[in-house]
Amino acid sequence: MSFDLNFIGILIGAIMASSVPLILAASGELITERSGVLNLGVEGMMIIGAISGFALMVVTDNLFFAVIGSMFSGLIISLIFGLLTQSLLTNHVATGLALTIFGIGMSAMIGKNFVGIPGKEFPLLFPNLKESIPFLGPIFFGHSIILYFAFGLPFLTNYFLKKTKTGLIVRAVGDSPTSASNQGINVTLVRYSCILYGGAMCGLAGAYLSLIYTPQWIENMTGGRGWIALALVVFATWSPIKVLIGALIFGGITILQLHMQAVGLRIPVQLLSALPYIMTIIVLVIISRDSRKIKLNTPTSLGQIFYKEK
Amino acid sequence: MYKLFLRSLISVLFLLGFSLNANAEFKVGFVYVGPTGDHGWTYQHDEGRKAVEAAGIKTTYVESVPEGADAERVIRQLAQSGHDLIFTTSFGYMDPTNKVAKDFPNVKFEHATGYKREHSNVATYSARFYEGRTLLGHMAGKMTKTNTIGYIASFPIPEVIRGINAMTLAAQKVNPNIKTKIVWVFTWYDPGKESEAAQALIDQGADIIMQHTDSTAPVQVAEKAGVWSFGQASDMQRFAPKSILTSIIDDWAPYYVERSIAARDGTWKQQDTWHGLKEGMVAMAPYNSVMGDDLVKEVEQLQKDLASGKAHSFTGPIYDQKGNILVAEGAVADDGMLAGMNVYVKGVEGDIPQ
Repeated sequence: MSFDLNFIGILIGAIMASSVPLILAASGELITERSGVLNLGVEGMMIIGAISGFALMVVTDNLFFAVIGSMFSGLIISLIFGLLTQSLLTNHVATGLALTIFGIGMSAMIGKNFVGIPGKEFPLLFPNLKESIPFLGPIFFGHSIILYFAFGLPFLTNYFLKKTKTGLIVRAVGDSPTSASNQGINVTLVRYSCILYGGAMCGLAGAYLSLIYTPQWIENMTGGRGWIALALVVFATWSPIKVLIGALIFGGITILQLHMQAVGLRIPVQLLSALPYIMTIIVLVIISRDSRKIKLNTPTSLGQIFYKEK
Repeated sequence: MYKLFLRSLISVLFLLGFSLNANAEFKVGFVYVGPTGDHGWTYQHDEGRKAVEAAGIKTTYVESVPEGADAERVIRQLAQSGHDLIFTTSFGYMDPTNKVAKDFPNVKFEHATGYKREHSNVATYSARFYEGRTLLGHMAGKMTKTNTIGYIASFPIPEVIRGINAMTLAAQKVNPNIKTKIVWVFTWYDPGKESEAAQALIDQGADIIMQHTDSTAPVQVAEKAGVWSFGQASDMQRFAPKSILTSIIDDWAPYYVERSIAARDGTWKQQDTWHGLKEGMVAMAPYNSVMGDDLVKEVEQLQKDLASGKAHSFTGPIYDQKGNILVAEGAVADDGMLAGMNVYVKGVEGDIPQ
């Protein structure tokens, strides 16, 4: 493996790019879960975001509409989940799974006419600086705007949950919906908002894949990233910053193991392929072993149906 | 009660009409593992089906049929609904196809890439994709500046290993310093992972990217990075117009038309078909002119020689990684050896995942 500094910079840049969809989807799901709602439909919402983003790009030839539209469609699809679980009080787990299956099927149906169309170049910021500054250039520049947003998001989420009143309300609803309700908080409304926000972020994560990362539409193109995002939220013990760390480790090891293969290291390939999962779990378990903090962050009512008696 | 009777009567009549109709017309059914719009494997099979349709024979297809229990149900359904010939187009349909064939001796079955023909009404067929890989190897050996070829591999099965070996042997012939770097992604189909693999290979010095996976992501990465690439299964040229030197195309159409007509006319016989460049089951997309006239001519000649049998992808002496002889000097590998190939030839780096 070549070890010059610029190469390492390029590698870090690639790792950052590959972790963006995980950060976006996991940050969205984190808010949803902190309000006490377990939405297992992340994969489904992502894939719907991916196809709507791509389809809008083809139809309108406008990347801005495509990105906004993908968030909107993620939001719409999560609204179905909201209606079922919050208004009709269905089981969160079953509904979420159904949402994933629905999303994959629906996206394949819409996507029929969009297969085999090349994507459009997504504008990258400061491509010149990327080339001209060694090491730091490829890390900080030459990315899409969505990447910068994704890397800011965990910090914003952290601030939102810890320092704002609305964040406090979300946490209260997630910890004890009954007490929150008795305080006069509209639990259903809060949960709806969190579900919709999660949906929009998953939609954006999907659009990142179909518009920027691999600019094209292919059936099932999210390839299980939604499930990884879900797992990240749990292993990061519902802390936004740890979600960011987990996503970077996962993306990092995924790319490093490909490099190790290319270099021809004599390590069994199956072990290398499993490495991202193993390492992410190990690291997150180690950094979140403080049980007091876990208790503090875990939404106690996660996945439970809340019904306000009248 | 009256209504119920009427309903039953209608359904009986309907079924009767359906089966009469089914008996009257010759029909060919296709079972696909992926969506017809995958722009790869299934897409090419469906092009073949369209050719059968164009030849005046009625066809139907069922797409995205998972390998396993579902497959048997679908194949049985097609056999029951009056199809006379059924193509099952994925390796995993092998046992279900044979199982259904036993119960429908009057229906003909054709299974792609398998080897089981347990009943006289089951035929098998596949294509010699490795001949295409030989051509890619020749071009790669000539075009590389870094002497490093990046190869994205899916699963360690003989089909994939054969391709790696054929390509490496051909590249070594024109460029003895060549190195083949392989990344296994353990999927046929994950654009994200495939592009990460392509990027990793490029970062490790590969200036030629080829793939045994189905998405167009690797050629797009190659296009962006300014290195050469080759398309897989169908012509991927429009995804990477500057980077793609050619694509290996699976062309099932002539075979499907021929077998459908044979079945209709009653001349269909059980057989095992393994066609290549000669028969046109493996075809090459137009060669990119950036290679220069000389190289294009060379490759075209090699393509002709492979097709005519003058050249063979696996001509001895061929050694494995440890230096043991696999194919003696002057001999060529027989089909049995090719079908079960599970070792790398000398010059390929790394181990085959077990």
